[in-house]
Amino acid sequence: MSTTTNPPKRETRSGAPAGEKVADWADGRLGVYTVAKSNMRKIFPDHWSFLLGEICLYAFVILLLTGVYLTLFFVPSMAEIEYEGSYIPMQGVLMSEAYASTLNISFDVRGGLLMREIHHWSALLFVVGIFFHMMRVFFTGAFRKPREINWLFGFALLVLAILTGLTGYSLPDDLLSGVGIRFMEGAILSVPVVGTWLQMLVFGGEFPGSLIIPRFFVAHVLLLPGLMLGLLVAHLLLVVYHKHTHFAGPGRTNDNVVGMPLFPVYMAKAGGFFFLVFGVIAMIAATTSINPVWVLGPYRPDQISTNAQPDWYLGFSEGLVRMMPGWEMVIPGGYTLNLGLLVPLIVFPLVFAVIALYPFFEGWVTKDKREHHIAERPRNAPTRTAVGVAWLSWYFVALVAGGNDIWAIHFDLSINAITWWTRISFFVLPVIVFIITRRICLGLQRRDREKVLHGRETGIIKRLPHGEFIEVHEPLSAEKRYALTAHDQPRPAELGPSVDENGVPRKVGPLERLRVRINRGYYGPSGQIPKPTAEEYREITSGHGHH
Amino acid sequence: MSSQIESHDDVNDGKTPVRTGDADGLPETREHDPFADPGLPAHKPRIQDLDERAAKRSERVVTLLFTVSMLATVGFILSYALIPIDAITYIWPFGNVSPLNFSLGMTLGLALFCIGAGAVHWSRTLMSDEESAQERHPIEATPAVKAAVMEDFRKGTEESGIGFGRRKMIRNSMFGALALVPLSGIVLLRDLGPSPEGGAPLRRTMWEEGTLIINENTGQPLRPEDMVVGSLVQAMPEGLDLHDHHFHEEIAKAAVMLVRLEPEDIKDQQSADWGHEGILCYSKICTHIGCPATLYEQQTHHALCPCHQSTFDLSDGARVLFGPAGHALPQLRITVNEDGYLAAMGDFEEPPGPSFWERG
Repeated sequence: MSTTTNPPKRETRSGAPAGEKVADWADGRLGVYTVAKSNMRKIFPDHWSFLLGEICLYAFVILLLTGVYLTLFFVPSMAEIEYEGSYIPMQGVLMSEAYASTLNISFDVRGGLLMREIHHWSALLFVVGIFFHMMRVFFTGAFRKPREINWLFGFALLVLAILTGLTGYSLPDDLLSGVGIRFMEGAILSVPVVGTWLQMLVFGGEFPGSLIIPRFFVAHVLLLPGLMLGLLVAHLLLVVYHKHTHFAGPGRTNDNVVGMPLFPVYMAKAGGFFFLVFGVIAMIAATTSINPVWVLGPYRPDQISTNAQPDWYLGFSEGLVRMMPGWEMVIPGGYTLNLGLLVPLIVFPLVFAVIALYPFFEGWVTKDKREHHIAERPRNAPTRTAVGVAWLSWYFVALVAGGNDIWAIHFDLSINAITWWTRISFFVLPVIVFIITRRICLGLQRRDREKVLHGRETGIIKRLPHGEFIEVHEPLSAEKRYALTAHDQPRPAELGPSVDENGVPRKVGPLERLRVRINRGYYGPSGQIPKPTAEEYREITSGHGHH
Repeated sequence: MSSQIESHDDVNDGKTPVRTGDADGLPETREHDPFADPGLPAHKPRIQDLDERAAKRSERVVTLLFTVSMLATVGFILSYALIPIDAITYIWPFGNVSPLNFSLGMTLGLALFCIGAGAVHWSRTLMSDEESAQERHPIEATPAVKAAVMEDFRKGTEESGIGFGRRKMIRNSMFGALALVPLSGIVLLRDLGPSPEGGAPLRRTMWEEGTLIINENTGQPLRPEDMVVGSLVQAMPEGLDLHDHHFHEEIAKAAVMLVRLEPEDIKDQQSADWGHEGILCYSKICTHIGCPATLYEQQTHHALCPCHQSTFDLSDGARVLFGPAGHALPQLRITVNEDGYLAAMGDFEEPPGPSFWERG
């Protein structure tokens, strides 16, 4: 008398199509029907800004595809050989095998140059995409609970992407990338106490040695992409698990997600978008040369070219290094502290940490423990938006400093003046930008309020019988009115009474005082314009609704 | 159907569900709250939903796009097979380019782009564009689930004896073992490179007393008369050859530049003494991060590093005028030997290149 209950046996229809039979087979082993049931018709909301993350994903896939192709030809070795390939200007020149094989990919492998260029363009697009995707998430508050961890995953992906870019563009061992590696050596040497040890361990001896390219290679093709792949999968799984945010609108609330199903619409759209991205990059690569390493020649530590620039995403760190004054001191004990490099090396991660940790800062300030699935309009969170734009201006200043030679040449300016401008702006500009951005946001909030209460300006001027001119306003539709008033406006935090209900003095710590102060900056009268109330609306519409 | 193609601004005919947050949800809610959620607007049909001919047109466009993609792939294969790799052709507006690279990229790009454009056009015009809503569920577990998990955890720890102090020794020794085991991995990293010996290799270069100074351009030893006033010569120590195994490591420290100034223009007396008749020999490795700082401005005697724009005054002991470098370029003491050639009088007095902790 077995008590085991077997599930009802499913009959595969005898005339079932082959696809169904395969699916049945897979379901018996992988449970695909259960997975498909919850995901096949999963709803994804539609907005152009949600495509930014997709661009990153596709750029990553393109990088993997083209990268694997390049490894088939690239020789990650610093052994010196005499070049014998078909690029005549370099024939007979002594160079590393890494550089020679890069020339070989460019001149002797059909389509090799195209793959190199697609790879490099995709790398640039990848990091650009990550930046814009992060901006979208930041400015719409999509990092709030429950998505803080996914924000950190995304941030880790940005850091890894930058490191992968750095190790990648160092591999060809041309004059420019060699200078990049030399920069790294100088930066490592500036680390107090252990700098020389680190330098020897990283390079396997004195600079440049013959190990750094093979070591970068394994980091670039295995270690870093492996980590990224893992994080990327986690990132996407969390997107599916949390369901995508959407903007407030009629029928779109914090408790639902409105859009179109994964199958078929999103499969077609997102799948199609992959091909669009790949196609556009291929055409860019076909027409626009990037990193033509053959014009620079092989790396030699005693040679240099002008306009030496890293790839754009490291322009920020480059700028920090360029704007820093050359402070160096010998501390008691006869040790050298190279602040000129050390300070930028510390500031660089700190600036990035600001953006990585911002969600936790905002969570602490607001003490908001609710789940948020509505993407806020940036204007409705003026302080956050101002922080974000101020950060971008910070980034911009350092980027200008990183290309100060290029700015000097193209705008015929003094390089010293530009450097001084960046040194001052680094501290001043973010503050100015913060103030201006907040004011713009508040202005936009006032306009929304105006629109809700008085309707849209039609541009029609009407003359009344007694000669008065009025401008005709058209009342907003219920949908628009809802969309413009759906956002929360939390009340500012209060310090609370100084004594509790029993008359005992309450102790409020300095941290709590600070939190309340910042919170009032977010939600106080200087941080948001009260949205119209129903009473105000009714009063105005019933009062002079004759427009 | 066609009666629905009017502005959805005034859809309030009761056909659409009103999904307000309010509990009552009655039609008169709107009277109470002018900002209530009017609910999902009714679906607006597209031309393809109404007119089969328009749908057919879309279908043809999608098919055309997929067909173009197929043709482009054929074009890619033909280009690969037919166009020589070393050909150079003028293609407007790109100039003289490799026609192989150009046509491979364009055909591949077109083949991919058309697949994408076809799929997107298909989804936008022919697949249903009716929006629907799916509910979200709170992520946090219910108290009952949490209580059950806590109970399971308590049982587990009790059965293992890890908690509640019963088998503390096992637990602590396990943590100890797990903490120590990664040390082996760290120890293994020691042989990634040799010891820096307190920076000794960074101080030592190939320059010794009597080492001749070789002009990089001619490969010949320099004589004072080879240099006119205002000129700059890039040089390296005698005995260093491009084919040497350690060429890069040595040149990274030993590369020098020589300038010849009018002796009265030299502001620093020691610098003048270390030179020979106005010929001064400086390390050309920038003291910032190690780029060669050799952009020389003849009129001002400034040398600029193209990497981070550190500027050195070569007439004043190569002190730093501007930029992030922390100290002057080291100067090499030179003299003229009995054969009339310029030669070093010893190694650099301080280490060339970027500074480091033990530099002092």
